[in-house]
Amino acid sequence: MRTCGATPGGPDLAGVDLANQAVIQGVVLRGGVSDGVPNGAPVDNAYVRLLDLNGEFTAEVPTNLEGQFRFFAAPGSWTVVVLAHGAREEVKVQAQTGIPVDLVIQI
Amino acid sequence: MSRATSLVSTDWVQENLSNPNVVLIEVDEDTSLYEKGHIQGAITFHWREDLQDGLIRDLISKEKFEALLSKNGISNDSTVVLYGGNNNWFATYAFWYFKIYGHQDVRLIDGGRKLWELKGLPLVTEVPTRTASRYVAKERDNSIRAFRDQVIASIGIKNIVDVRSPAEFAGELAAPAHLPQEGGQIKGHIPGAKNIPWSKAANEDGTFKSNDELADLYKTAGVDFSKETIAYCRIGERSAFSWFVLHELLDLQNVTNYDGSWTEYGSLVGVPVAVGA
Repeated sequence: MRTCGATPGGPDLAGVDLANQAVIQGVVLRGGVSDGVPNGAPVDNAYVRLLDLNGEFTAEVPTNLEGQFRFFAAPGSWTVVVLAHGAREEVKVQAQTGIPVDLVIQI
Repeated sequence: MSRATSLVSTDWVQENLSNPNVVLIEVDEDTSLYEKGHIQGAITFHWREDLQDGLIRDLISKEKFEALLSKNGISNDSTVVLYGGNNNWFATYAFWYFKIYGHQDVRLIDGGRKLWELKGLPLVTEVPTRTASRYVAKERDNSIRAFRDQVIASIGIKNIVDVRSPAEFAGELAAPAHLPQEGGQIKGHIPGAKNIPWSKAANEDGTFKSNDELADLYKTAGVDFSKETIAYCRIGERSAFSWFVLHELLDLQNVTNYDGSWTEYGSLVGVPVAVGA
């Protein structure tokens, strides 16, 4: 996991009201050497689910053409679940207002 | 209405890709998905541009619905098969819409676009050309639609089901977490509403749970099936999903979708509001 930096995994944050939003975002990449796909290729047909502290479903988005996704959450503990053809990954994160969580998730 | 008449599987769709009487329609929240790729032969409806009257914030008129379907070559006897992203939220909204205007044979792909993609099934970018038809809609069937005054009068009397996430129900979030936090003027829920998130009716792959699981879900949460039920969310799409579950899959006839939902209710002056879990 990376925090806010010059090269975040998720979409460009320009125009996002970070002062008032607890953003969780990132990019999904297809890794591995035996799946026939180059390492680091963005996965543009994954589904990313956001579960709350109790594991309850809160939201789901498809990845964009660059394999990216974004949620506007509330501060606290969340789980990000990535579903794609033949893959499922879970990442636990802490969201806070003002500092976006930016993930790079390899599947 | 039942699972057998309202729902089709991805296998059924593959077997009917060349069936001339079947019209596949993709309806997404993220309307760029269709351009990215769609099921062969599918057309798309834009949930806002095609299905909302922007001026008076209502369903489009019967005449506009007829024009939309005619332009897209849909006949009164077509088998309309809907699907979309976001676990079919907007596709179920379109399903409800087709029922409002009395279309006879409308179905939903179980699992929607997500299951199709998770199965690795093919998507194409080619947009089909369809010969225009002459569609005649029926007058609106408001027996499946709830209006704000009916909702207010139903507090403490009918089942009111809030299908949003627990955080939205409690008043912590104003909108689903994948959207900027905007919506009604205030946050909270209708007093007495049971919070049964739409997502509890769906499996992770987007398919619906079994009827036994679905009936148990609503009964355990305190929904009395002998009473009328009103489902609402923020703008009426997620509640269309839960309306589909109750009205179509569980075959309960006394179920309405309050499509004004929290965006309308949470902006009203002087109506009762509750916060917290």
